[in-house]
Amino acid sequence: MTLDQRRAAELAPSRAVAALRSAAPLAVGLGLALALHLGLDASDLPFHTKVLVDVGINVILAVSLTMVNGFTGQFSVGHAAFMAVGGYTAGALTYYSSLLLWDSGDQHGGFLGAGEWLFVGSCIVGGLVAAAAGYVVGLPSLRLRGDYLAIVTLGFGEIVRVILQQTGNVKFTADEVREAGFLDTATSLGGALGFTGVPTYSSIFWVYAFVAITLLVAHRLKFSTYGRAFLSIREDEIAAEAMGVRTTRYKVLAFVLAAGFAGIAGGMFAHQSGATLNPRELGFQKSFDVVTMVVLGGMGSISGAVAAAAILTILPELLRDLPHVWPAGVLVLALGLAFGGPKRARFALWTVGVTAAIEAIRFGARRLGVNLADYRLIFYALSLILMMILRPQGIFGVREAWEIGPIGRILARRARRAAP
Amino acid sequence: MTKFLQTLMDGMAVGSLYALIALGYTMVYGILKFINFAHSDIFVLGAWISFTVASMLGWAAADAHAPVWAGPLVLLTAMAACGLVGFTVERLAYKPLRRAPRLNVLITAIGVSLFLQNFGQLPFVFGAQPQRMPSLVADRVLASFSGVQVRLVDVIGAGSAVALMVALEWLVFHSKMGRAMRAVSYSTSVASLMGINVDRVISFTFVLGSALAAAAGFLYAMKYPGLNQPAHTTWVLLGLKAFVAAVIGGIGNIRGAMLGGFLIGGIELFGAAYLSPQLRDVYVFALLILVLLVKPTGLVGKAVVEKV
Repeated sequence: MTLDQRRAAELAPSRAVAALRSAAPLAVGLGLALALHLGLDASDLPFHTKVLVDVGINVILAVSLTMVNGFTGQFSVGHAAFMAVGGYTAGALTYYSSLLLWDSGDQHGGFLGAGEWLFVGSCIVGGLVAAAAGYVVGLPSLRLRGDYLAIVTLGFGEIVRVILQQTGNVKFTADEVREAGFLDTATSLGGALGFTGVPTYSSIFWVYAFVAITLLVAHRLKFSTYGRAFLSIREDEIAAEAMGVRTTRYKVLAFVLAAGFAGIAGGMFAHQSGATLNPRELGFQKSFDVVTMVVLGGMGSISGAVAAAAILTILPELLRDLPHVWPAGVLVLALGLAFGGPKRARFALWTVGVTAAIEAIRFGARRLGVNLADYRLIFYALSLILMMILRPQGIFGVREAWEIGPIGRILARRARRAAP
Repeated sequence: MTKFLQTLMDGMAVGSLYALIALGYTMVYGILKFINFAHSDIFVLGAWISFTVASMLGWAAADAHAPVWAGPLVLLTAMAACGLVGFTVERLAYKPLRRAPRLNVLITAIGVSLFLQNFGQLPFVFGAQPQRMPSLVADRVLASFSGVQVRLVDVIGAGSAVALMVALEWLVFHSKMGRAMRAVSYSTSVASLMGINVDRVISFTFVLGSALAAAAGFLYAMKYPGLNQPAHTTWVLLGLKAFVAAVIGGIGNIRGAMLGGFLIGGIELFGAAYLSPQLRDVYVFALLILVLLVKPTGLVGKAVVEKV
């Protein structure tokens, strides 16, 4: 044994410590989800809770699509279809099982009760079914290069939507279900009107627990050998193949994983309060929304996808009644001036300009008596176009949030010092 | 037999519209290599501008009789207006992104599409209500053999679509501008070295594609007078099917787009007539996936050898 090897063995943590260390992020994530859940429960803000659940679902969707569009550089525009496959599977499972087990389609049991575990199981099954669908769609189309995956996923999404619209009416009693048998029940998904009556289980805790799992998987994946293979395919597929990366295998793997998480997000969506599972809501518009989040966040940036998902979910809600933005502007300005790098003057100018522009629009609308809420989708579209023109690399570019700014500089300095 | 002929005729009438829209998709893809998702909204704009012009000139009233030149006038106005919109969109939204990754251009296209849809729905533009397009062509049955009715509207619609396609064919394959377009689509950088003004060719392509989409919009409004509001999903679906037509024919290939349009129109209507009318969208997309699996470059597309 050389000296270096002995030193490495001494430094290596024991197996128990390593296991604890790898479980720690998940525990922290679940703890945060629980804290958020209890906090919101106590403060009784139903609208904010609903928006936060939406944010969580969109984060799962955006981060999972990042694995395909961001890591591997493939272009899928059918994410909502996998969401629909998972959502309908999970929704039907929970609803019809509830009918058979407890004779009612309503919620059963309290927090962490039997009903909630049924819901979690259904969501996982939904994710698995969606992943299987992803394998079937991905295997033939990922052999091809270029935009073909986009076209096939687009077509698949439409087929799923039309087939869901042809399904029969939802059954309402346990007797009906027993009489109809499995096959008939499995195709009674509400048709064009949507699947109504799915019990509400998607609480903040469960949504954010799955958000934590998704983030953890995506992060571990990105910084593993698999992630290196994914990124190499994105940068140059031919070079990756020449270096021995089995491109089709890795592309299909990323696609199946993404489809699985989309299925879980669909399950969450299906059990959301006040939402009906509707084929129309899970069409290409939804897929485009998710793609937009990925590109806006920066290709392959997990933290970027999270930020973009949060911004794009909250922004249309904020535009309903535009609040004052100058406090946020001042805060961003102060942070930028305090910690900004060499480009801080330009950054400050942009912050002041954007803040002033938003405030001017707000003021003008108040004066003229224009209701800005009528124009919110136009503002949304325009900000999308402007963002793509002014910052084409997305919010964080290809990097993560902690790799840029003051923290990024500290980390980079430490990495340089640690290197021999 | 009657049913077969009737379906065939309807299929050709619808197919000619798909072909007109598909041409715009395919031309832009051929040159800029991105899917212009806003193209279907130009088509919607064409239909709604036709309606607005016709009702402004007073042909929307119940007892109004439109003169013979009403149709061509409205058609040309819509084509000119949409050509202008296409030019503006390219200049403001796509041109700054010439060197950006293609995904960004795609998101921008989605943004433009959202903008056009919601702008059109504003109360002072077209409004959020469905409208009824006045009929500018007398609804006459021209001829009728063995139960099949040949309608004037269909003849004029398919006739103008085919005339426009013949004109485009001449423009692309026999004119100087067409040669420049083909050169730019083959290689932008080499074309620009040969003295072709690439920006002008791209602008021209957008104007041309948008004008064709506007014509399709007008003809669609003539055939199906019930106009849905601009952000309605039926429009997006129509645009998607036209895009499928372009892909089936071989994206980037002008003749392929025409063939694809007629093929999609035929498949959709025959499927609806003989199998199940609810699943008409499924046939189109299933055909798409089938074609992509068997011949990914489309029916007329040539396989491109990848250079390393």
